[in-house]
Amino acid sequence: MKVFSKIYMGLVFALLYAPILVLVIYSFNEAGELGSFSRVSLYWYRQLFRDAKAFESLKNSLFLAVTSSVLATVIGTFAALGLDRMRRRYIRNAIMSVTNIPMMNPDIVTGVSMMLFFVASASILGLASPLGRTSMIIAHTTFNIPYVILSVRPRFLQMDRNLTEAALDLGCTPSRAFFKVELPFITPGIISGLIMGFTLSLDDFVISHFVSSPDFQTLPLYIYNQTAHQVKFSMYALCTLIILSILILLLIINFAGTFGETNNNKILKLKRKESRS
Amino acid sequence: MRSSVRHRSLLERAAAAPHVVWAILFIVAPLLFVIYFAMTDAEGNITLKNLASLADYSNIFLLSVSFAFIATLICLLLGYPLAYFMSRASKPARRALLLLLMLPMWISLLIRTYSLMALLDNGGLLNTLLVSLGFERIKIIGTGGAVILGMIYDFLPYMVLPIFTVLTKLDPRYIEAAADLGCNGLQVLGRVILPLSLPGVISGITMVFVPSISTFYISQKLGGGAFELIGDTIERQFQHPSTYHTGAAISLVMMILIIISVAIMNRFSDNGGGFVV
Repeated sequence: MKVFSKIYMGLVFALLYAPILVLVIYSFNEAGELGSFSRVSLYWYRQLFRDAKAFESLKNSLFLAVTSSVLATVIGTFAALGLDRMRRRYIRNAIMSVTNIPMMNPDIVTGVSMMLFFVASASILGLASPLGRTSMIIAHTTFNIPYVILSVRPRFLQMDRNLTEAALDLGCTPSRAFFKVELPFITPGIISGLIMGFTLSLDDFVISHFVSSPDFQTLPLYIYNQTAHQVKFSMYALCTLIILSILILLLIINFAGTFGETNNNKILKLKRKESRS
Repeated sequence: MRSSVRHRSLLERAAAAPHVVWAILFIVAPLLFVIYFAMTDAEGNITLKNLASLADYSNIFLLSVSFAFIATLICLLLGYPLAYFMSRASKPARRALLLLLMLPMWISLLIRTYSLMALLDNGGLLNTLLVSLGFERIKIIGTGGAVILGMIYDFLPYMVLPIFTVLTKLDPRYIEAAADLGCNGLQVLGRVILPLSLPGVISGITMVFVPSISTFYISQKLGGGAFELIGDTIERQFQHPSTYHTGAAISLVMMILIIISVAIMNRFSDNGGGFVV
């Protein structure tokens, strides 16, 4: 059984990684075809780096990911705070249901609905081109907010309310108590929401496909357009670079996870100290 | 002191306001636009013509549902054992396996589909290998099987992760108790583990079925244009303003069908499932 489970896991993971590995290996193939591997070179990487459009779309992608994730983190964190303090349950449930819509809906419906919204409201307001940078920022922020709320809200739910009250009793002003006690506790949630939003934005293709314009292309859109008709080996190189960055990012997040735990430990220690005194 | 507490609660109550405004503007309003476009013609008159014309697309609906259904079923059959074996692994091994599972989820769908194409294409690696071994070339890209394979390959991790999460949380004492009470291995699986992991299975099914049924990239790339799924139809309708209304009608029907089926699925499990990002 033990052996069988190892073989099974090995097989499925091999299937999962085989295509990715082929892509990575052949990005170094100077011949530029899958039929033969001539020699290892960075030829396709050089081709890629000569492509100004690739850089332009990378720049757009990063700008969009930073803007939309920061915006979503601010709105989402405040929303989580507001939801936490909300007394009436039905209002809270109503807000949460609406918040969950973009996560439940297929991306294509979200994309299409936003496109119709932008096109229709631009024609009502008399704007010339509704789609572009602004519509992309709005769309990406919109699908990021639910994920920020999803990662910040549990921190509020897990928090021991006595801590805040203790801070108030010990003479903190309410806002000081929030910054000294509550904010450190929810920070890991805020960070993971921010990172998640950043990566979701970088990754998104379907929604962007509907709300972007040719003059504001992101990396996934660029890849889509480049691979529409033929196989391009500079795209293999680009994909390899992206995979590498994701790997690094994932390792950092693992590290950030332990950072969150240490933060929790700090709070636990504080709690213990408090109970002693 | 008292007034400062009151002031604080006012501020806190307003904290969710930006999110509420944002959600109404960019989640609710776009969906209303989808409904509006689905129910009107180009002149803005209310009509049911768009919805009635959907009968022409029933074959596409049927094909999409069956493709997504087969892909989801295979993902479940392939993914459940994987999740189970992963959850039985030692703790450090589990962490590493989880990272292995998450990495493909973070790599863009576009890149993964593209890498699968590199493997399966007519001039791809698999066919090159077959020819050099003296076999006939097999045509994979452009068959229904390739599209289903693409869905399985792209979405398998989304099936495994929620099941794995539930199985890891499962108290091993239940299994011991069942064994003590005379269950054999198969009975433990059928009567204890499977029923207890149902929430994970349900959310896994949702997370594979919804993107499978709404995809257009996979069918474009791997179907070689031979298969039109609902996603392709919607995408095509939104390339020209004249067909926005039909596109909106198709999107609306798809959204309603998905929301109904997700709601039914969630009925089967007590909570929304074990998936936490």
